Amino acid sequence: MKLWERYHTPTTVDEAVALLQQYAGTARIIAGGTDLLVEMREGHHDPFPALIDITSIPSLRTIQIEKDTVYIGAGVAHTPIVKNPVLVERATCLVESCGVIGGPQVRNVGTLGGNVAHALPAGDGTTSLVALDAEVEIFKNGKRRWVNILEMFTGPGQSLLDSTRDVLLQFRFRLSGKNEATAFKRIMRPQGVALPILGCAVWVRLDESREYFDMVRVCIAPIAPTPTRISELEEVLKGQPANEVSIQKAVDTGLKVVHPRTSKYRATAEYRQEMMELLLRRTLPLAIERARTGKAIPEGVGLK
Amino acid sequence: MSKLSLTVNDTPHDLEIPESRTLAQLLRYDLGLTGTKIGCEEAECGICTVLVDGVPVDSCIFPAFKAQGCSVTTIEGLAKGEELHPLQRNFIEHGAVQCGFCTPGLIMTSAALLEENLHPSEEDIKIALKDTFCRCTGYTSVMRAIKSAAQELRGQAPLPVNEPSVRERGKVIGHSVPPQEVREKVTGQAKYTDDYIFPGMLFGRTLRSPYPHAKILRIDTSRAKALSGVYAVLTYEDVPGENLHGLVYRDWPVLCHDVVRYVGDAVAIVAAESEDIAAKALCLIDVEYAPLPVVADPVYAHSPEAPILHPNHPTGNLLKHIKVRHGDIDRGFTEADVIIEREYRTPIIEHAFLEPECSIGVPAGVADHEKLTVYVGSQIPYQDRNQIALAMGLPEEQVRVIGTLIGGGFGGKEDIAGQIHAAMLAAVTGHPVKMLYTRQESLIFHPKRHATIIRIKTGAKKDGRLTAVQATLYGDGGAYASLSDKVMTRATTHATGPYDVPNAKIDCYAMYTNNVPSGAFRGFGVTQSAFAVEQNMDLVAEALGIDPIALRLINAQKVGVTTATGQVLRDSVGLIETIDKVRADMQNFQWGWREGHKAYGWGFACAYKNTGLGGGAPDKAEAEIEAFEDGTIEVRIAAADMGQGIAHVVAQCAAEELSLPYNRVKVLLCDTDRTPNGGPTTGSRQTYISGNASRMAAGVLREALAQSAAELLDVPPEQIRFEEGLMRYNGHTVEFGDVVGWMKRNNLTPRSRYEYWAPKTQPLGTGGDMHIAFSYATQAALVEVDLETGEVHVLKVLSATDIGRAINPLMLQGQIEGGIVMAMGNALTEAFISENGVPWTTLLSRYKMPSIKHTPEIVSHLVEHPTADGPYGAKGVGEIPSINTMPAIANAIYHATGVRVFTVPVDQDSLLRAIKSGQPELHTAWQDVR
Repeated sequence: MKLWERYHTPTTVDEAVALLQQYAGTARIIAGGTDLLVEMREGHHDPFPALIDITSIPSLRTIQIEKDTVYIGAGVAHTPIVKNPVLVERATCLVESCGVIGGPQVRNVGTLGGNVAHALPAGDGTTSLVALDAEVEIFKNGKRRWVNILEMFTGPGQSLLDSTRDVLLQFRFRLSGKNEATAFKRIMRPQGVALPILGCAVWVRLDESREYFDMVRVCIAPIAPTPTRISELEEVLKGQPANEVSIQKAVDTGLKVVHPRTSKYRATAEYRQEMMELLLRRTLPLAIERARTGKAIPEGVGLK
Repeated sequence: MSKLSLTVNDTPHDLEIPESRTLAQLLRYDLGLTGTKIGCEEAECGICTVLVDGVPVDSCIFPAFKAQGCSVTTIEGLAKGEELHPLQRNFIEHGAVQCGFCTPGLIMTSAALLEENLHPSEEDIKIALKDTFCRCTGYTSVMRAIKSAAQELRGQAPLPVNEPSVRERGKVIGHSVPPQEVREKVTGQAKYTDDYIFPGMLFGRTLRSPYPHAKILRIDTSRAKALSGVYAVLTYEDVPGENLHGLVYRDWPVLCHDVVRYVGDAVAIVAAESEDIAAKALCLIDVEYAPLPVVADPVYAHSPEAPILHPNHPTGNLLKHIKVRHGDIDRGFTEADVIIEREYRTPIIEHAFLEPECSIGVPAGVADHEKLTVYVGSQIPYQDRNQIALAMGLPEEQVRVIGTLIGGGFGGKEDIAGQIHAAMLAAVTGHPVKMLYTRQESLIFHPKRHATIIRIKTGAKKDGRLTAVQATLYGDGGAYASLSDKVMTRATTHATGPYDVPNAKIDCYAMYTNNVPSGAFRGFGVTQSAFAVEQNMDLVAEALGIDPIALRLINAQKVGVTTATGQVLRDSVGLIETIDKVRADMQNFQWGWREGHKAYGWGFACAYKNTGLGGGAPDKAEAEIEAFEDGTIEVRIAAADMGQGIAHVVAQCAAEELSLPYNRVKVLLCDTDRTPNGGPTTGSRQTYISGNASRMAAGVLREALAQSAAELLDVPPEQIRFEEGLMRYNGHTVEFGDVVGWMKRNNLTPRSRYEYWAPKTQPLGTGGDMHIAFSYATQAALVEVDLETGEVHVLKVLSATDIGRAINPLMLQGQIEGGIVMAMGNALTEAFISENGVPWTTLLSRYKMPSIKHTPEIVSHLVEHPTADGPYGAKGVGEIPSINTMPAIANAIYHATGVRVFTVPVDQDSLLRAIKSGQPELHTAWQDVR
């Protein structure tokens, strides 16, 4: 059964915006469509009058590196992110999370932009973008602006964007530098919907001696209706020795402040608590190791 | 309509098509490239994979206009003319093709991998094919085919075929000849029902009940009928004949009249000029329902307060009480030194064949069809014809069923799906009508594997000898009988396991509920009872301090043993040899050990499974063989091949008898006007029954040919030898085809027909032979459990399977590997979930079956204890591999962790807590997480 009537492939942002205005709220932005079209098929509603595909806009299809900042267009699929050598080294958690979304067919078409616009509480790409403290450029209310990734989410499945009027344009974040590194891991189950039981991305910066945490960012999801950082845990680690004792403190804090809930056919709250502990114990040492050595080889890409 | 320019398989196209097309639709409908299959339209199964600018994508959700200016490669573009791509050739060579429906997707995904990487490791292959599913092969042969193709592309020799060894080969029997139509399957030329298009064809859709149980107060089709493009909207009032169908009990309405009994029950059908209009018309049918109380589980169904779902059924919601009584149960338990009693539960399981159901009805007098014809990929074409004729009020002779290729079945294509509806719509509209189900419709509609609750008590003496088995089984039959009676009978009669049990008392209650109907599914109830039996065996072994393998050897059935149904086993009981073979492979093993945060364990389980219908049902098949002057023959039989390979089995049997090279045998299957009845493809019966029919028809033809050759050569017919397509006598030779020509010139028909009747069987409860033969199997599974997450991985499965005689070793191995991986799904990934009768599993994305990443190392041995009446000694193999994997995994988890799982699929969440808390028994599974 058809899901849409017209399919537009504008080649500039202005053209895309003009089309949205022309359809006055009845057309939708589409990127890879790997989530959107499946969701539309489940919805059993009348076909959309039009879809506006932003992946033909050349400026939204690039990964650009300017000094220490990377810009990733909203039309960039997961595969080019996973294969980008700079991101592999300097945004390892993003590569690790984009590398476990779907299978190759989905990663070749589905985009990071779509992942964020979809606003899943545990979108793998989102979890890493939060740890990377990424910013998002959006077109809304007639103008472009940058917002922090955390501001993007207003509720489960709800983002700042109205995809019949607004456009997500690109992401930017600072690449890991000296003494900095990231890691992402998630826990899945082999049954039911392929959403993580829990995903965890960490960003760490060690001090010059590489013995102490200078700063840490941690995103674990889903633990709240929208993606969130665990600031109490981040605070606990600040300035502490990068060792087992501090990680134990982080775990204790996490267990105290985070109260995941039971979700049907996914996981119990107790299990999620245990997995939170495990993920912290698996990601933090990995990130420390990467920060110390300056080398990062993504783990689990393609399989987990 | 808009202009789309793209290149497909190196040919540029400028098309004027609707912008609403997906790439899969463009390929299939606009370009006629039907090699690209549609399996789910959810980007889940991956079988629609094509390459866009060299990159694999799911074409089912890829908007066609995204491919503007791109270069697309499909399965049709892979071969260079007649020369197959190395992947295509190696898929054939290594037996990686069964039903063939997923084959194009697997090959295209692999092609993309090899474009990037000519040295793929096993892990690389698993990463690349992670989301491209195959339900038949179990992926082992697929991995080998890909590795072999990579070697060829690197300029090296291909890998040798990993063929299991066999005791003895005939001229054609015992050789791994390629299955029929395999070249068509790897090139995308093979035609499944949805690949057929007829002039003026309309599209059918079905309106289904949203309630598990409700009264229908009113149906108003007027708005739907008024929609432009709608040709017919039919309800129960329009069923010309009897408004019921069913294979054993005729209790299933063609279209519901007063009551709906499950979510998915058909209420109205529509034919329209497009799928979109048909879908729109469904929304315009107004049905008023009054919901009724729901019977959501079989134990409640049996209680006096449960509403009665089929008032005409004499025993209420109890579809059937099935009993096995053997020896003296009280004495058996009195004699026992140890008694183990436990309760096990298994969930509803979905077949997830990758081809959703499709039927095309063509009215009499249209497009060269003399009579009302239905094209369908069905496991039982003759019973389809019977059921269509009854519903249409026509004599059977006025209905023709033409079997198309089947994209997997596993028991799920035995009941009527859209066959009757397509026939009705075709007859009313005068147009061919295609009734193609969406994946989501297929999920909620078709009969599944029964959910069961099995309480089983096993008694044994100190020396390990079993003294008694007592069991109570509840089977959730769902809303209609389907094959519940037969399936649950098998669960009951096999509930002693393949052991010598002197005393047994087994009661099974097959219940009507408001869940999706359950029916046939590979293993046919025995898969469920084996889960209970084989874990109780391990519990008995532990209680007695006897090794689990030793306990099985002590009690194993052998020739001379009497089964619990009173059958004396006279031959072909290879169980002990299967145990020995697997044990030999396990040399120097420990049952369980730990390394770091991983626990490892081996689990062992045995199984047996009847071949054939049994239980007193007449079991027969008829085959026809015609010989031609070019030296070829055609074997004709309506025996459905859903990928398991009955086509090559009947071909091999005929070739063997006539000493013909295999490539001179063609097979025509499943056309009720042109092929005699081979009976249902069910109960692991086809090799034995239809194999015999083909063998014997070939014998009759051979006699006729010998007679004619004798006259030609002027010698006694008994002295004619058949060799390699020739007939010889003392240095004189005549070509097979020349004898056929001579027969024709002398007004003799070079054609034979034989109706084979299997040995008579006895109904349950009357003693004697309930079945014509049993296959036996032993499996050992090695699992790894992550003690930090509870995740379970199967690393290795060792198997030995007694199939009587190997007709085709490589294809047999394919059945075994595929059966094992399918059963791993039962243990670890699969459950069809309903909540108070309302399915939660409405999408394929909510139903995970094993993918290539779950595939363990599989070792499969064939054991050949011939059975006297089987063709060359062969018996069935289709189901036996899917029976003991689940308990072998469960036993392995116990040895690894000390926790025994009493229900499946294993839930890592509760397993982890059980491990950590030292709780030895786990009675919750994934579906209990809420």
